[in-house]
Amino acid sequence: MSRQSSILTEGERRSAPDKATDGSFSVTRRTALGAGAAMATGAMSTGVGSVQLAQSGILPDHTVAVRTWINGRSVEVTTDARTSLLDLLRERFGLTGAKKGCDHGQCGACTIHLDGRRVASCLTLAAKADGREVLTIEGLSAGDALHPMQQAFIDHDALQCGYCTPGQIMAAVACVAEGNATSRERIREYMSGNICRCGAYVGIVAAIEDAASKMRRG
Amino acid sequence: MHPFSLVRPKTVREAVNAAAQAGADTRFIAGGTTLYDLMKLNIEQPRQVIDISGIADLSRIETDGGQLRFGALAPMSAVAADAVVSRDHPVLAEALAKAASQQLRNMATVGGNLLQRTRCPYFRNGAGGIYPCNKREPGSGCAAIGGLDRGQAVLGTSEACTAVSPGDWPVALVAVDAMIEVLGPDGSRSVPAGELYRLPGDAPHLEFTLARGEMITAIVVRKTNAGRVSTYHKIRDRESYAFALASAAVVLDFDGERIQQSRIALGGVATRPWRAPDAERLLAGERLTPELALAAGHASFREARAGRHNAFKLELGARTVADALLIAAERRR
Repeated sequence: MSRQSSILTEGERRSAPDKATDGSFSVTRRTALGAGAAMATGAMSTGVGSVQLAQSGILPDHTVAVRTWINGRSVEVTTDARTSLLDLLRERFGLTGAKKGCDHGQCGACTIHLDGRRVASCLTLAAKADGREVLTIEGLSAGDALHPMQQAFIDHDALQCGYCTPGQIMAAVACVAEGNATSRERIREYMSGNICRCGAYVGIVAAIEDAASKMRRG
Repeated sequence: MHPFSLVRPKTVREAVNAAAQAGADTRFIAGGTTLYDLMKLNIEQPRQVIDISGIADLSRIETDGGQLRFGALAPMSAVAADAVVSRDHPVLAEALAKAASQQLRNMATVGGNLLQRTRCPYFRNGAGGIYPCNKREPGSGCAAIGGLDRGQAVLGTSEACTAVSPGDWPVALVAVDAMIEVLGPDGSRSVPAGELYRLPGDAPHLEFTLARGEMITAIVVRKTNAGRVSTYHKIRDRESYAFALASAAVVLDFDGERIQQSRIALGGVATRPWRAPDAERLLAGERLTPELALAAGHASFREARAGRHNAFKLELGARTVADALLIAAERRR
C-alpha cells in the first residue's frame, strides 16, 4: 500500500495530544502536541529542537527519538525507551485499533504490520519502529471502502465480541500475503498466534479463505 | 519495568565495544520476544540495552556451498521458509516453523532464540513474586520441586532447579552439530551448539557459557546427505502455538538398509538441549523397526528422574523419539 493511502480520523488526530499524558514516561505536553501536529500535517519535523536529538537517535534521559511512518503518515516522536509500539500507537497517537490483550505476545490482539510483516506490537519496543513503516487496522481500508478481509469478516460472522478482531484481520491479511492461506489446515496453523475467546474460529477461517481468493484476484 | 538507556549501534564492532564499556547489567536486544517480555515482568532489569537489530549484514542466510550459514539476526520465519533449508535439512525448518506464532517468528531471530529463557511458571512469577526460584534469585529455593511440576524437566535436573530449556531450534541445532560463531571483547570464536548451555547444578542462574559482552553473530551447519533424512517432531498440549511437552530432533545416516549413524536430541524434557547418545549407540548398524525405534526412545530416558506430576514425560518422550525416527526414515526414499 502507498504511504498516502490511509489517514487517521479527525477524532484520532484530536485525541492524540490529550491522550499523551503518560507523565511517568517523562513526556512533555509540548512533545505530545508536536507529535499530534506531525500526524495532522504529515510534516517531518516537530520543532522543539527534536530534529537534532533525532539525528543522534539517543537521548540522555532514558528516552529515544523515533521517526516512523504510521499508516502512511510521517511522524516523529520522543518517548521513554521502555515504551512498546502498542502503547505508542494507542496512547500517543490515539490509534486504539490494536488491542492490549495479554501484553506478553501470547494472544495476538496487538498484531500490526511493521515493514509489511506482521508482528506483536506489545513485544516490539517503540524504538524499533524507527525508520520503518507501521500499518495498523486504521490504515487498512481505503477511506470508506473496506479491505476485502474486513468485508469477509463481516460476511462470515467471524467475530462475536470483536476484541481480538483487529489483530485477527491484520494477521489474516499477512497470512494471505505470505502465501500461507492455501488450505484450511494451513490457515489454522498460521493463524494460531491469534486467540479468540469467543471461539469464532470457524467463521475466521471461512473469512480468510474467502478474502484470500478476492485478494489474489486483486 | 526499570528505566534503561538504549544504544543503537550500526556495526557488530560498535555493539561489542558498547557492551565491553558497560556494566554487567547490560543486554543485547534483537527481536526482544524474550528479553522485553522478561523486562515487563521485572525478571530482567538491565540498565542499558544495546539494540543490535540495526546492524547491517547480520541477517544474511547463505545456503550455497558446503554449509548453511545463518546471520544471527535472520528472522526465524525467514529461515523456516528458506527453500534450501526445508529441502536439505527439514529438521531445521520444522523446528523453527513449529515454534511460537508467525508474528513472533517475524520478530525473533535465530541468534536470539538460542538464548531464550525458561518458561517455568515459578521463574516467570516474577521478581517480588511469592514463589522462590534459584534461577531468578540465586539461593532462594525452588518452588517447582514438589510443586506443580507437570511441565518440568526429567533430564539434567538438580536439587536446585528442574526448569525446562524451552527452545525447539537449539534442539535441532544440537542434533546437526551446528557451530555458533561468537564475537566478544577478546575476538571471535566458534562454539558447538551443545556447549552453549550449562546444566543447572547448584547455579541455575548461570545458563549459558557466553562470556560477558560476547554476542552471537552466526550459526553454521555443515551440509550432509543425512540432513534430508531428518525431522523435528514436537508434541504439545495443543496442536500449534505451544511449547513442547516432548520433542525430538532426529538425523539419520543410512548405509543401505541399515543406520550407519544417528543423531538424536530432545526438547521439552531436559534442562538444556539434550543429546541422547545411548539411543544413538543402540541404533548404530541396525535396521530400523518400530520396536527398535521405541527401544531407542526408552534408552533416551534411562537416566530420567520424574517429579510428582511429570512422570508421563518418560513414556511420552520415548514415543516421541520413536515416532521421529520412523518419520525421518521415511524421507530417505
